[in-house]
Amino acid sequence: MALPQAIKAGLPCMNLLRMTAVPILEQLYLEERLLRTSAENWCIINHGTSLPTIVMGISGRPSELVELKPVLRDQIPVIRRFSGGGTVIIDNGTLFVSLICNKNAIPGLQPYPHPIMSWTGQMYGQVLHEFGDFHLRENDYAFNSHKFGGNAQSIIKDRWIHHTSFLWDYDARNMEYLKLPSRAPKYRSARSHVEFLCRMKNYVPSRTTFIEGTIKSLGGHFSIRPFDLDELEDNEFDLTTPENTRSLAKDVASEKDDIAGTRNCERVYRWSKKDAHDASKDEKLRMKSAQEEGQSWI
Amino acid sequence: MASRLMWASQAASFLRISLFSRAFSTVIKDLKYSDTHEWAKVDGSSVTIGITDHAQDHLGDVVYVELPEVGANAKQGKNFGSVESVKATSDVNSPVSGEIVEVNSELNGSPGLINGSPFEKGWIIKVKMSDAGELNSLMDSEQYSKFCEEEDAKH
Repeated sequence: MALPQAIKAGLPCMNLLRMTAVPILEQLYLEERLLRTSAENWCIINHGTSLPTIVMGISGRPSELVELKPVLRDQIPVIRRFSGGGTVIIDNGTLFVSLICNKNAIPGLQPYPHPIMSWTGQMYGQVLHEFGDFHLRENDYAFNSHKFGGNAQSIIKDRWIHHTSFLWDYDARNMEYLKLPSRAPKYRSARSHVEFLCRMKNYVPSRTTFIEGTIKSLGGHFSIRPFDLDELEDNEFDLTTPENTRSLAKDVASEKDDIAGTRNCERVYRWSKKDAHDASKDEKLRMKSAQEEGQSWI
Repeated sequence: MASRLMWASQAASFLRISLFSRAFSTVIKDLKYSDTHEWAKVDGSSVTIGITDHAQDHLGDVVYVELPEVGANAKQGKNFGSVESVKATSDVNSPVSGEIVEVNSELNGSPGLINGSPFEKGWIIKVKMSDAGELNSLMDSEQYSKFCEEEDAKH
């Protein structure tokens, strides 16, 4: 574990929590709890997720956004997150970066959607401008007119979260599980998923380059303090109100209940913190083994 | 521009609404306001609640409203629901405590009512107030106008 960095005078502290292959449902549970119950600023980075998963915004309806037949056939988990925005399918090629901030953490920043996204766009722009023609295009992160980062936000009384799923790499076949959304940015111009998206790995030398660059860019606004998942106490950030993050397995099954095998699709990922920790530990051991064999983790 | 402002000011005075020159967000007199940009219209023990013109303007086009259940309890300063706009969910907090007796189900099919008519058709919930004393902690229209000006000036 890295030694804590010296507190930068005058800058608010931000806890940096790095995870690997933690299931997205667990990550979202954690984020919703930290947003609503913590008083600190957080940056959460998760490399990939263990299973291909569809993640919808709070208002998403599976029947409108998802190809139900193949999703049920292939038992693809569908999750509703607590923030707004559209639908993504994520896998082990996805990089997640989430920022949870107190509303006064950034001087002069109004806690509304556009100002927050403008600030994060500038922050990521500092990291990525040398690798491509980076833009915040109608609330997406794009190189030219090709989206590589989908983001969403949730704003509460005194805090906000801006979380992003970056397409470091993706399996084009997974896009077939998603319908073309009815609400789409104008710059998409009715392009298919594959024509609209791009892979970060075709622009940025390595994941490490992007992650370390992001941490450095954040370091201009915060005093970054590395934080380990083990430091979270049991029940430390329990919610007092019901979570908005949840699996939609039953919703998907009920919308297509004439398909055989729906019982097999009712999987609810209620991983305990120990399960998430064990999964992360296994992945770290795998990475270490790969490195010892001379393979690089990029 | 000056004559436009003068006309607007005279019209506002006639209509019992106030305008602050910077953003032209509407503030309705006789309503109470919270520092999280909700309004409350008091009618005996019944209070109708929504978000202000200032709030809807800053949020952008509302595409979805998460409404609470009728019968749930609202608590002053705590969220009871949320609105979605520009890829963001934003909490809506209650200016008063009490039982939620009605929700505006029109918002399910027409969330844009909050943008188009924030003080009338875009109302969100009605609460049977449990403590009228809580109204004393809310702002009147003049105080709220000044609050919005100060908030916008800081950013």
